[in-house]
Amino acid sequence: MNARDEILARVRAGLADRGTGAGHPVDWVYGRATPLPDVLGRFVERCEDYQARVIRVAAPDVGPTLVRVLRESGITSAVWPAGLDAGWRAAVLAAGVTVIADDPPLTRRQLDETGGVVTAARVAVAETGTIVLDHAADQGRRALSLVPDFHLAIVRGDQVVSDVPEAVAVLRASIDAGRPLTWISGGSATSDIELERVEGVHGPRTLVIVLAE
Amino acid sequence: MSVIAPDETRRTPAPPPGTFLGMPAFPVNAEQQLANAQLRANLARATATIRAKRALRVAEVPQWEDLRAAAAAIKDRVLANLDTYLLQAEANLTKAGATVHWARDGDEANRIVTELVRATGATDVVKVKSMVTQETDLNEALERAGIAAWETDLAELIVQLGHDRPSHVLVPAIHRNRREIREIFLAEMGRYGTPAPPGLSDDPAELAGAARAHLREKFLVADVAISGGNFIVADTGTLVVVESEGNGRMCLTLPDTLISVVGIEKLVPTFEDLEVFLRLLPRSSTGERMNPYTSMWTGVTAGDGPQNVHVVLVDNGRTRALADPVGREALRCIRCSACMNICPVYREVGGHAYGSVYPGPIGIVLTPQLRGLDSAIDRSLPFASTLCGACVEVCPVGIDFPKLIVHLRRLVADRERTEPGLEPAVMAVGEWAFGQGKHLSLVERVAEIAGRVFGPWRFFRKLPWPGSLWTSGRDLPVPPRESFRHWWKRVKP
Ligand code: SF4
Repeated sequence: MNARDEILARVRAGLADRGTGAGHPVDWVYGRATPLPDVLGRFVERCEDYQARVIRVAAPDVGPTLVRVLRESGITSAVWPAGLDAGWRAAVLAAGVTVIADDPPLTRRQLDETGGVVTAARVAVAETGTIVLDHAADQGRRALSLVPDFHLAIVRGDQVVSDVPEAVAVLRASIDAGRPLTWISGGSATSDIELERVEGVHGPRTLVIVLAE
Repeated sequence: MSVIAPDETRRTPAPPPGTFLGMPAFPVNAEQQLANAQLRANLARATATIRAKRALRVAEVPQWEDLRAAAAAIKDRVLANLDTYLLQAEANLTKAGATVHWARDGDEANRIVTELVRATGATDVVKVKSMVTQETDLNEALERAGIAAWETDLAELIVQLGHDRPSHVLVPAIHRNRREIREIFLAEMGRYGTPAPPGLSDDPAELAGAARAHLREKFLVADVAISGGNFIVADTGTLVVVESEGNGRMCLTLPDTLISVVGIEKLVPTFEDLEVFLRLLPRSSTGERMNPYTSMWTGVTAGDGPQNVHVVLVDNGRTRALADPVGREALRCIRCSACMNICPVYREVGGHAYGSVYPGPIGIVLTPQLRGLDSAIDRSLPFASTLCGACVEVCPVGIDFPKLIVHLRRLVADRERTEPGLEPAVMAVGEWAFGQGKHLSLVERVAEIAGRVFGPWRFFRKLPWPGSLWTSGRDLPVPPRESFRHWWKRVKP
């Protein structure tokens, strides 16, 4: 017998005691919102708890805000996913930031030498201070938001949900479309040395979220 | 700390000699570990920190108990229909462009992975922390094949460079303090890649910086990565890796070939079920509302990440556990490590005493089922508990540890009755307990409970000095049966 058949046979033999009925009902209602008095306020508070910086701006001010944040952070070149807002791109270009397209695809070394990356996000979770990327065209493939040391993410207010269950419900469509997902809660961190939290190990050491309302 | 001379015949740092299975039974190991004051101090501090964080984050979720009940029910559903979900996962993974392999045991898993790596021509692989590849001792199998496997989780790196073994599921270097880590980095990093900066201090941020620089070079050139998986979603074929540092993302994203080695019990039925586990796991394990990074991928995504994707589904004793209607509950485990952080026995003896990649309460109920009861270490594990029940309170999937422990002790007793030639694990526990006055406070609890199953006479027939003094000087053959619970109430943090 090959390994597959043998493991399946062992499973079935091991479960000889199982009945035929459905069994093991799960007493849980999926996709519920967690009641929060102020979803966006909670999102900001929780992100900051994880040392991410959040800047709340009116939607039309996103372009100038990007320019300001990149300048303050000393980022002179940034990877720019193909599907990210052209108006924001123009604003950043006009401010003298070098905008780098992933076409042809950047090598790992090129990404490592790039100052930062700007992306959108698919959904954000208030209760946990999380943004989730599904790596659609306005976010770019996974390596873009991983290798550069600075990540600026733009989240629309209407993308912020209360808690994990609502986010999972939103993300079902991305999964069905075969997209990978990256859940990001604050910056990279480790507690491996005496349980002391250290920010910034391998992922981008700086995460800035621009929340556009 | 002694510096170990490099072995020129090897590509990676040599682990300590011997195997887990060759280790003596729990009492002997525990005794050695108890003598290590540094280990106990490190452990006490670290587990106290993490317990406090967990308690804080759990208290924030009003539905916590409902979530635990749902998680237990979902996992029981998976186990009761494991064949169906495995086939569903296989079909969805295949449809998404992944190649699925099946491994009956550790050797078969190692063989499959070695052949897959060889086929790429790579001689180095980067690894994301994975418990199942520790079970199979994959790194050493690869080393024998001339392939260097580099651990990229900071704690695993500390363990690997330190020629050491992990001692905790979540924080494998929990037994090391910052000064020891600095020494390891200074002595070893340069032998295997980018060296630690010469002026390296023992500041955790600087140590993490040295690891970043050391590993970045490996991430930028690696062609093959090996990962585990926290969950496999049956209805989509999605794999999930939960992590903190970003080393997981690096491994899962940058190389062209990704080989994920996953236990067959890691399934969840639907993508929606993740809403339950993603709320329970981070709060239970690191005491965070959410861990910094979670990656999910479904086979191959064109133009994004690895294009050569493999999943190895590993049995390695899981079907043995599944076949025990009482014992199978241990397969619900999502490896959060909350049970070891709360365990008074673990806290005193540390992870190495268990001779198992899974220490603490989960180790003593899972490992003897995965490996069977042939070795003295496996027969002694179910006795490394006081049945205080603290683990039951924190386990996010509601494993009933006392029930499993008592059940396994009965199996051990039956085995030893029918095979009289076996080294009696229970006897060993009893002698250790009462033969060493200084361990009495810890071990009377362990042995006392063993006494519930076997009757006290088994312990008191032939106690060596000074245990004999202890027994003759007192009326009670065993500590009062309720003493531990009272003790626990008193000293509970
Ligand atoms: S047994 Fe429960 S508490 Fe222990 S590691 Fe597994 S899930 Fe966590």
